[in-house]
Amino acid sequence: MPHAVSPESSQELPALNSEAEVLPDAPPTTSLDTDAQSSDVEEPESKQTNAAPAKLDELFDDDDDDEFSSSVQTRADDSSQPAPQAAPKAQYSEPETLRQFYQRLFPFRPLFQWLNHAASPQPDFQNREFAFVLPNDAYIRYQSFASADLFRKQCLQMTPTRFEIGPQYSMNPRERKTMRSASSFRPVMKELVFDIDMTDYDPIRTCCSGASICHKCWRFIVMAVKVVDGALREDFGFQHILWVYSGRRGAHAWISDKRAREMDDAKRKSIAGYLELLRGSEHGKKGLGIRRPLHPHIDRSLKILNPHFQTDVLADQDPWQSSEQAEKLLNLLPDKTLTAALQKKWDSAPNRSSNQKWADIDTVAEAGNLSTLTTKQLVDAKQDIRLEYTYPRLDAEVSKKLNHLLKSPFVIHPGTGRVCVPIDVRRLDDFDPFEVPTVTQLLQEIDDWDAKNASMSEEERAKVLDWQKTGLKPYVEYFRGHVATLLKEEGRGKREREEAGAGGDPMEF
Amino acid sequence: MLAVTTNPRIDPKKRAVLDPRKRQFAKAQWVEQEYAHRMNFYTTPPTGDISLEQFEEWGIARLKVLAELEACQFRNKPPAETEEYMRPVLEKHMRLSSTRSRSSETAMERKKDHYSHWSLRLAFSGTADLRQRFARLETQLFKLRLQHDDLAERRAFIDSLPMSWETVTAEEKNLWLDELKAATGFSSMRGDEESWFKVDWEMVPELVERRQVLLKRGKAYVHVREQQTMVVNEFSRRLEAGLELAARFLPRMDEDNRLAPILHHLSQSFVAPDAGYSESSSIGDMASINASSIDALSQHFPLCMLNLHRELRKDSHLKHYGRLQYTLFLKGIGLSLQECIVFWRKSFKLLTDEKFKSEYLYNIRHSYGDVGGDANKRGRGYTPYSCQKLLTEALPSGGQSHGCPYRTYSPDNLVALLQNVGINDRELLRGVREDVGKQRYHIACNRVFETTHKNEIKKVKDQSLWPASELDTILHPNTYFKRGFLLKNLGKVQSGDIGVDVPTQMSE
Repeated sequence: MPHAVSPESSQELPALNSEAEVLPDAPPTTSLDTDAQSSDVEEPESKQTNAAPAKLDELFDDDDDDEFSSSVQTRADDSSQPAPQAAPKAQYSEPETLRQFYQRLFPFRPLFQWLNHAASPQPDFQNREFAFVLPNDAYIRYQSFASADLFRKQCLQMTPTRFEIGPQYSMNPRERKTMRSASSFRPVMKELVFDIDMTDYDPIRTCCSGASICHKCWRFIVMAVKVVDGALREDFGFQHILWVYSGRRGAHAWISDKRAREMDDAKRKSIAGYLELLRGSEHGKKGLGIRRPLHPHIDRSLKILNPHFQTDVLADQDPWQSSEQAEKLLNLLPDKTLTAALQKKWDSAPNRSSNQKWADIDTVAEAGNLSTLTTKQLVDAKQDIRLEYTYPRLDAEVSKKLNHLLKSPFVIHPGTGRVCVPIDVRRLDDFDPFEVPTVTQLLQEIDDWDAKNASMSEEERAKVLDWQKTGLKPYVEYFRGHVATLLKEEGRGKREREEAGAGGDPMEF
Repeated sequence: MLAVTTNPRIDPKKRAVLDPRKRQFAKAQWVEQEYAHRMNFYTTPPTGDISLEQFEEWGIARLKVLAELEACQFRNKPPAETEEYMRPVLEKHMRLSSTRSRSSETAMERKKDHYSHWSLRLAFSGTADLRQRFARLETQLFKLRLQHDDLAERRAFIDSLPMSWETVTAEEKNLWLDELKAATGFSSMRGDEESWFKVDWEMVPELVERRQVLLKRGKAYVHVREQQTMVVNEFSRRLEAGLELAARFLPRMDEDNRLAPILHHLSQSFVAPDAGYSESSSIGDMASINASSIDALSQHFPLCMLNLHRELRKDSHLKHYGRLQYTLFLKGIGLSLQECIVFWRKSFKLLTDEKFKSEYLYNIRHSYGDVGGDANKRGRGYTPYSCQKLLTEALPSGGQSHGCPYRTYSPDNLVALLQNVGINDRELLRGVREDVGKQRYHIACNRVFETTHKNEIKKVKDQSLWPASELDTILHPNTYFKRGFLLKNLGKVQSGDIGVDVPTQMSE
């Protein structure tokens, strides 16, 4: 498999590559004296010369990607200069930190199995697109790897700040331009994915806005995960659902069931449509326009969401506290007499909390202040408001397309330095985004562990892997468990189909 | 190197011929097929002998039917009207009697239906575009016919299909009754007497998307009423797969030089109507079109483009899809790339040059085919959007203003917009409201056109200046513009300039 030796990393990106190879594995105390070590630069190139002729096409191939490769070359120098030590933010995406992370902590093996659905490499992984975001912000698409080892190698060489996972294609993405007709290169399979992002909640959250989150608004994500996860399991019968913290203010879902992976765009679109309720931002007095009686999915979701509405929305968010905010609530009620009466009441007692205001709706209505609405319609309108304030706001476009790329689990969020760890939905309420370890913490934890267990014999110490010494351990273990169940089921399905002839080396590292 | 393999597979029919011993005793595999049902799923290709003339005639007859069906769709006829319109057409070209009619012609009619379907399938498998249209129209035809099938015969036909559905048992039905009702919204029905089917949800994606079906662990509980939809979907799915297959086999058919010209001819006559745009829709030779003349010309724009123009002037900005729609339209009326760039640069007056260059310029050039992949350059960018395209794309969300305003605006806002651009005729506005209420958006647009150009159209008609076909329903914003421009400039127009292009219908 010559293409897998990732030629562009060695030839196209000389600066980056040499740096990656030059930097030693040892703790970062070594000074970045490039002159002293420049002789090593030759090494990676000579290592790969034997494979070079076979890879000519691919070189041309990637040269064609004008905007990416050129920007890499011109800007590679910046990243080879040591970043200022003081800036803590840039530290997360410093090549050295990243390389340590990929080398010592990143769970390549389970990730490979998760995407490959078998122990030995098959097209599910080999023809899958990865897109790398390099430290200089260059974005390289259509990377693919013959095995997890080669994938890991390229990560170490290029030290991407993050990478994204795309679909499996009908052929190796690196060879896409050798095909005469464009239609023979098409996506064939990918996990069904969902993206929930806190920015979509800005109209209804009061605690933060934009990129920031706090414990209060994280509850919106919790609600969303519960609802979506419930629907995926109960309605669609999916089992292999992995929820992943996106590193800052959202969550992703990856559904690996075979049936989900093989869906075409139309089916993805229909699932997204099934789950999407709040389209567009303004609904106003007309409500959400959903049918009564409620569809069982909405009904179940509402049952899940009701307690959250009381605690997380009314109490914690207090969304209608001020009179301007209360205006929003009044705008959602379609009865003039009712809103006028409420307005009057709240004007005279300005300090009522959202909780009280919500209760006021019923009291005022019972006092006979309904003109156009029946009691039933008021109940419906209140249901609509509850849904508006709690129902998941999905970024549906992500789910609709087979060829959409999504950030991989376990990469580092460049803004926060936190690892995009999987979330165990069984203990969803316990998940705290602020306790998710950052890369710098993790590397420190390894050193601390090593220092603490210095007395341990060499042999004993070798048994403990680096990730096991850190706070990443529970997450990796959860992920491995998830992958193991997936593989078990795949194996069952595969044995029924056929004995695959294509062998690959079972990988281990 | 990617050509078809050197060792072509021999199809089963030929293989039988090759072996003389088998040939002697074998039952011929290409005996006339029996057609038990009026409807046909077209799963097996015909294997009998027909003459070349029949091959072509039958194909043309079916093509006529499909063309009329597509015309109905373009004119946005509601199903009832389409049905009314199609009845005589079907009767004339593709009669299909029911089994009960005991007509002596049934066998022949069904054979014709079967063979013509397969010859067109062959003719239209060439490009993805043709395949898609053919599948769409055939599915519509299938649906139309299925709805008019005799009740008992439809039952029998559906039962004969190899579909994987399972009847929901009485216990299960009672267990989920409330949920079934809530999911489907058939609240008034007597649930216990209705029958339900259980299928993989993938069979009914539309119902799932609209949340009109109960889902349990990947199974959809479908009401018998939806069964037809499922049959139609399955038909469509198989046809699409069949077309893909046909496309792959097409190159190997070249040895028969009798069919190729017929197939080519058939597919040619199917190409015209969708695009509906050609270079001649520009008025470049009659008026100078440059960045500064757009404001003046905008009086002739259809509402979809006028609206974009006004939004652009108001905000000095347009969102992506609006820019795309408008750029392509401007390209269509003959604005050159250079002038188009100038136009946008001036229009986005709040932006710095640098931002404009980095974020907007590329897209404009891409639309014109100045940059981008090889295919884009060769095709000189995208074609200006037709009404059909604007009416079928996703609705704009907040801040976006692309699409057809007749569709995207609420009736009240639409009327306000029309009044804003100077259309105050009360009778007209009432008509527009009515059309829009019935979702006949582009009839509404044509209505506006006809009223605002009333006098000119009358003059043209009275003096027979233009052929009648030039005053057909407008199906493309660029046609709207050109026709409007020519009508308002009747004095200046030479008779030779009347190249208003209306998409040629394929039946012509």
